[in-house]
Amino acid sequence: MGDHRVIIVGAGPAGVRAAQAVVRAGLRPIVIDEAARAGGQIYRRPPENFQRDHEALYGTEAARARAIHEDFAALLPHIDYRPETLVWNVAEGHVWAAHEGETQAIPYDALIVCSGASDRVAPIKGWQAAGCYSLGGAQIALKAQGCAIGHRVIFLGSGPLLYLAAAQYVKAGAEVAAVLDTSPFWLRVKAAPKLAAMPGLLWQGMKLLGDLKRAGVPVLTGVTPVEIEGDTQSGVSGVTVRHKGAVKHFAGDAVAMGWHVKPEAQIADLARATFAFDPATRQWLPQTDADGRAGNALYLGGDGARVLGARSAEVTGELAAMAALADLGLTVDADRRRWLLAEKANYATFAKGLAQAFPWPHELVAAIPDEAIVCRCEAVTAANLRASVNTAHAQEANRAKAFSRVGMGRCQGRYCGHASAEIIAAARSVSLEKTGRLRGQAPIKPIPVSLKRNDL
Amino acid sequence: MTQIHQSDVAIIGGGLMGCSAALFLRQRGMSVTLLETDKVGRQASGTNFGNVRRQGRPIFQLPLANRAIRIWRDSPQLLGADVEYLQSGHIRVCFRNRPENIGKMEEYAALAREEGLDLELMSANALREKFPWLGPDVLAGSYSATDGHANPRLAAPAFARAAARLGASIVEDTKIVHAEKVGEDFRLTAEDGRQFAAPILLITAGAWAGKIAGWFGEEIPLTPRAPTMSVTEPVPYAIAPAVGVMTPDEVETVYFRQVARGNIVLGGSTRAQSYPDDYRSYVLPQNTMTQFQHLRRLAPALANLQVIRVWSGIEGYTDDALPIMGPSAKVSGLFHAFGFSGSGFQIGPGVGETMAELIATGATDIPLEHYAVTRFAK
Repeated sequence: MGDHRVIIVGAGPAGVRAAQAVVRAGLRPIVIDEAARAGGQIYRRPPENFQRDHEALYGTEAARARAIHEDFAALLPHIDYRPETLVWNVAEGHVWAAHEGETQAIPYDALIVCSGASDRVAPIKGWQAAGCYSLGGAQIALKAQGCAIGHRVIFLGSGPLLYLAAAQYVKAGAEVAAVLDTSPFWLRVKAAPKLAAMPGLLWQGMKLLGDLKRAGVPVLTGVTPVEIEGDTQSGVSGVTVRHKGAVKHFAGDAVAMGWHVKPEAQIADLARATFAFDPATRQWLPQTDADGRAGNALYLGGDGARVLGARSAEVTGELAAMAALADLGLTVDADRRRWLLAEKANYATFAKGLAQAFPWPHELVAAIPDEAIVCRCEAVTAANLRASVNTAHAQEANRAKAFSRVGMGRCQGRYCGHASAEIIAAARSVSLEKTGRLRGQAPIKPIPVSLKRNDL
Repeated sequence: MTQIHQSDVAIIGGGLMGCSAALFLRQRGMSVTLLETDKVGRQASGTNFGNVRRQGRPIFQLPLANRAIRIWRDSPQLLGADVEYLQSGHIRVCFRNRPENIGKMEEYAALAREEGLDLELMSANALREKFPWLGPDVLAGSYSATDGHANPRLAAPAFARAAARLGASIVEDTKIVHAEKVGEDFRLTAEDGRQFAAPILLITAGAWAGKIAGWFGEEIPLTPRAPTMSVTEPVPYAIAPAVGVMTPDEVETVYFRQVARGNIVLGGSTRAQSYPDDYRSYVLPQNTMTQFQHLRRLAPALANLQVIRVWSGIEGYTDDALPIMGPSAKVSGLFHAFGFSGSGFQIGPGVGETMAELIATGATDIPLEHYAVTRFAK
C-alpha cells in the first residue's frame, strides 16, 4: 500500500490538511511548495529569525495559523517535503518540479493540487506606476518582511481582504490614507442573509470596519476610480475617485488594490481539468465533483478550486485527499466525509454572499478609458486591445492575445486576463462567456533557460 | 432548398498558404471562398517559429523562396498591415562535433549563389567577432544578410483581411465534412449543412489535408507533429539575425530569434505528436529541456533568461519532408498545397501566389516537379 504515489502541491491550509489525511491513511506523500516555509499566503511565515509572534502576525486568525504550522511540523517525519520548489509543468502523469536550477519529472498516481488564490485586480488608469501593489502583495510585505508598501497607503478595490489588509496596516502603525470600495454599501445589506451562514466571519468583518473608523481612516463605498496619479520617476502620488457625484482626491505614495481573489488554476489547467464559466463571479473555473475530483487522477482543494476562504480550505483540502485515497482503493471515514461536505456547503453559501456584497466591477472595467494600460507586462492599452477586436476582428480572448500581446507577458494573463475578457466582450457586445478562456501554457511561472534535468 | 454558395475557387484551409492564395486569386479576378474549420492562421501558420529563411532550403526550392521574399518585402503595402517582417539576417551554424558540415555549407553556398542567394561563410572567430553571443561549441557558419523573420501570429490573418478587402469570402468556424465532384463543380458540405460549390478546389489544410485528399481517392501519408516553442521575457534588443543549427540530429536542431519588442523566441529540438482530430497539441516538458540544453551550446548567454511561455501547434509532415504542391493526379480542377513539414512559413506567400498563377493561367515558371502528388502513388 506504500506503493501509491501521492503528490500534494501547496502547503497552505488546504495542502496541510490534505497531507495530514494522506499520512493518516499510511502513505508518504510528496508535498511540494513554492515557499520556504509552510502556511500558504494567509498563514505565510516570516523568515526563521524574525521575532513577531502569531498574535501580532495573524490577529484573530492566530490560533488557526498556529494549528496549521504546528500540525505541519508534526507531519515532517512522515512526508517527503520539498519547499522552495516550483511545479512548472504537468504532463503524462508526471509533475515537473524545479528547485535550485534543477528539475525532475515526478510520477504520480494521485495529484492533489492546493494551489491557493491570487488577487483579482481590475486595471485603473495609471496603475502601472511604481508603488501599486495588489492587496495580497501589500499583506506579504507586512507578514513576511514586517514592512509597509509605502508611508501613506491608499487601499482601493472591494471585498473582505480590502478591509482586512487596511486594518492590518493600521495595526502595524502604517498610515492609511483611505479605504476606497467600489461596491455600494446597500449590496452588503442585501447579501446579509447569505453572509449570516458564517456569523463569526460576518462579525469579524464588522469589527474590522469599526477598527478602521476608530483610527480615523476615511472609508468610502460605491466609488468610481478615475485615476492613479504618479510618474515614472517617483511613482504613485495619489488616487482620484468619483464618489456621490463629487470628485475626490487622496494623496499617498502607495496603492494596495484588489477585488477579492481568484483561484490559481494554472496547474489544474495543465493537468487537463475541464473549465466552466461561472456567471456569479464572471470567470472560468476548474470543474470538480463535491469532493474535489477533477478527473485524470487530479484532485483540487482549497481556494485553488473555488475561493471559499482559508477556513474552508482546511475542509476542502481534506476532502480532496479523501477522494484521492478512496479512488486508490483505501478506506475513508464516511461520517467524517459527510461532516466535511456539510461544512463546505456552509462556506459556499457565505462565499455567494461575499460575491454579491463585493462584486467584481465589470462595468467599470469594460468602460476603462482607451489610454489606460490593461496588460502591464506588455504595456497593452485598452485602445490596443479594442483595436484587435474592431480592426483585426479578434472574436475571443486567445485571438486578442495573439494580435495585441495582452496576457502574453511575464504574468501570463494572471492579472489582466479577467479584465481583458471584459473589454473584449464589451467591444463585441457579446456575453463574457463568449469571449472564451485564455488557454494555459507552461511554465506555471518563469523558468530559466539554464534549468537542467537531474533525473536522467 | 439549401442555398449553395458558388464561386470560381473554393479553398479548404485558412493557413498562410490558403489565405495568400485567396489574396492572389482575387488579384487575378477570380471569385474565392476560403473555408476554415477554426480561425485563420491558428495552427502551423500561427504557431511556427517565424523564420523567413531561404538558406538551408533545397536548392530546387529557391525560386519559390525568392518569389516569397519579394512578397514579404512588399507586405506592408500589399497587406496594409505590419506583420513585423525584419530583414535582419540569418545565420546557420554547425557545432564543433560535426566538422563535415563545413564542406556541405561551402557546396550549398556555391549552388545557392546561382539561384540568387548570397551566403557568406564565416569561421568561428569571424562569427564571434560579429556575433559575440555565439558559444565556443560553434565551429563555423553561413550568414545570409537578406533573410530574416516575421510574426506568425499576425501574418496569415493579415493576408486573410487583405483578401477579404479585395472581395474574397473568408468563412471561419466552418468545418467541411464532405466534398465530392458533381458534374463540373466540387460540392462541399459544412458540418451545419451549408453548401459551397466551385469548379476549382484548392486544398491547403495542412495536417488535415490528407483526409480531404482521401475523399478524392488520393492517399497521401501525413504525420501530424507538434513543434517545441518557447519565448523568454523581453530584454534589450541586441540580436538582429535569426540563428539556427545545421545538423542531421533532430535533437540538436535548435534556433532562436529576438523580436523588436525584446523577447527571444526559441524553437526546435524534438517535436511531439499532435492530435488534429481534437485540435490539440502539447509541448512535452522533456523536449523543452533538450531544447534548452542545445540552446545553451549555441548561445550560452541565453541561459540567464527566463522563459515565460511555451506553445505548439499542429503541423503536417510528409515522409520526405517536401510539400505536395500542384494539380491532383486523379481529379481535374483539384489542386494541392500542403504537407509543408515544418518549413512552410517563409515560402507561404510564394506558395499562394504560385498556386493562384497555376489555377488562373494553367502554368507557372516555378518548378513544382519535386512536389508532385504522384510520388506517393503506390
